[in-house]
Amino acid sequence: MKEIRFHGRGGQGAVTAADLLAMAAFFDGKYSQAFPSFGTERRGAPVTAFARISDRFIRLRSQIYEPDYIVVQDPSLLEVIDVAAGLKSTGKALINTEKSEIKLNTEAEVHTINATRIALDVLGVPIVNTAMIGAFAALTGEVSLESVIKAVRRRFPEKLAERNVRAVEVAYEEMEAKL
Amino acid sequence: MPHRDVMHGSRAVAEAVKLCDVKVIAAYPITPQTHIVEDIAEMLANGEFDAEYIMVESEHSAMSACIGASATGARTFTATASQGLALMHEVLWIASGMRLPIVMVNANRALSAPINIWNDQSDSIAERDSGWVQLYVETCQEALDSVIQAYRIAEHQDVLLPVMVCMDGFVLTHTVEPVEVPDKEQVRRYLPELRLPHALDPEHPVTMGSLGDPNYYMECRKQQEIAMEHALRVAEEADEEFRRVFGRGYGILEEYNMQDAEVVLVTMGSVAGTIKETIDMLGSDVGLLRLRMFRPFPKEAVRRALRNAKVVNVIEKDVSMGFGEGALMTELKSVLYGSDIRILGTVAGLGGRDITTEHVRQAIERAERALRGERVEEVAWAGLKEEAL
Repeated sequence: MKEIRFHGRGGQGAVTAADLLAMAAFFDGKYSQAFPSFGTERRGAPVTAFARISDRFIRLRSQIYEPDYIVVQDPSLLEVIDVAAGLKSTGKALINTEKSEIKLNTEAEVHTINATRIALDVLGVPIVNTAMIGAFAALTGEVSLESVIKAVRRRFPEKLAERNVRAVEVAYEEMEAKL
Repeated sequence: MPHRDVMHGSRAVAEAVKLCDVKVIAAYPITPQTHIVEDIAEMLANGEFDAEYIMVESEHSAMSACIGASATGARTFTATASQGLALMHEVLWIASGMRLPIVMVNANRALSAPINIWNDQSDSIAERDSGWVQLYVETCQEALDSVIQAYRIAEHQDVLLPVMVCMDGFVLTHTVEPVEVPDKEQVRRYLPELRLPHALDPEHPVTMGSLGDPNYYMECRKQQEIAMEHALRVAEEADEEFRRVFGRGYGILEEYNMQDAEVVLVTMGSVAGTIKETIDMLGSDVGLLRLRMFRPFPKEAVRRALRNAKVVNVIEKDVSMGFGEGALMTELKSVLYGSDIRILGTVAGLGGRDITTEHVRQAIERAERALRGERVEEVAWAGLKEEAL
């Protein structure tokens, strides 16, 4: 089983990102689970969401304390919370930042992607969740690009979906090129 | 054809309502139930099924509207949580006293104060004596399936009682996971049209819910109690038939790893999944008994399941203040009265406090220490911050 923890701020779609990941994993033929940390969702407040991917039905329903991956949607969170808490040393961190390198309190690999720029270019708004999922797919291979796109098309109305599919693709390609 | 899909628990419930050909829905939105009634409204707006959707100004009115609609013989549905359920309290008794087969989903949430939107089961446990059948589910799939089963139980001529399907708020309502949506024709065959024998009919006028003076009131209550006894058998049959038709079932209680288990954890709802995972992770020989049905209480089945148990630890998301333990623990003591089984309790997850595998491990350890004859706390609060008291 792989466990993924998303960190974002209210309004950036961290909860939707976790949902999309679980949907994509399901479309890949796996079992999956996604749930928010159940905050009172206020715009700008730190939000945590969780996803699990497995070959068997996932019974565990506690929050994720030792993730295989963390996805950080907002670089300003790095100064506020220990996003890498519990991250497995064999795991990976994916951070949305314009910087090419980020120091995190972890032995795990740290990767960056400028998802805000991608979101602004493609969507015209700084909502980075779909770009982050695209980059996550390229970085980890835990879900296929096709299934992420399918999940995005399922989740959003048509016009919005197509723009978000583009965000997924651009982020996927950028991440792939960096690896 | 049934189809596998991936969706929120709330959506799974809405799918069940659609499959059951519900005719009247009356609801007032409240976190974490909101998505259930929003999804149903969306389905109706899209023409996916046809029903009367009554917007009301409170949960008290929602249940009252369901009572009126159900009395005409229409299949009705509502959903609520926490304060909403508490506001319904008075009318819950009227629904059951008038023997109306209303089905309601309660998205279990803590009660105020302090204001808390997160999950525990204090809200529905507090309504245990209101004459409603209560089911508690572990997964989103079971939530969907239990709504379908609930109508079959509620509408059975030997029962005619309202049924509350309790699903942990957020933990299930807001979780995305795989769910199989049954075939509509199969559901129609499983769930025949509602025939309410005492439905309102202008040709044969009757008065319902009128004065029951001391000459009659006790008989009404006794009839409800008899109907509850029937509900136990009917629920078992409804689940067996469900398994035959849809290929999966749950029983009125679930036994996990119970073979020769001397230590047994007992619980209700979604935390059973975390407990199963912990038992397997530890390679433990501890068993789990998950009660799916809390009202009527499956006394005989529980005694049978625990016949080899020596120590029981009840993990529950409620506490009866002033009695120092959860209601399920108290009821187990009552059901097991006269036996030598040691009964411990663990109050956990109040107000959405995360229940971790470590909490479960501690509950197992305490029970195992009791088994070895060591002195242990009778009731422990999992994850409590002693320093904050």
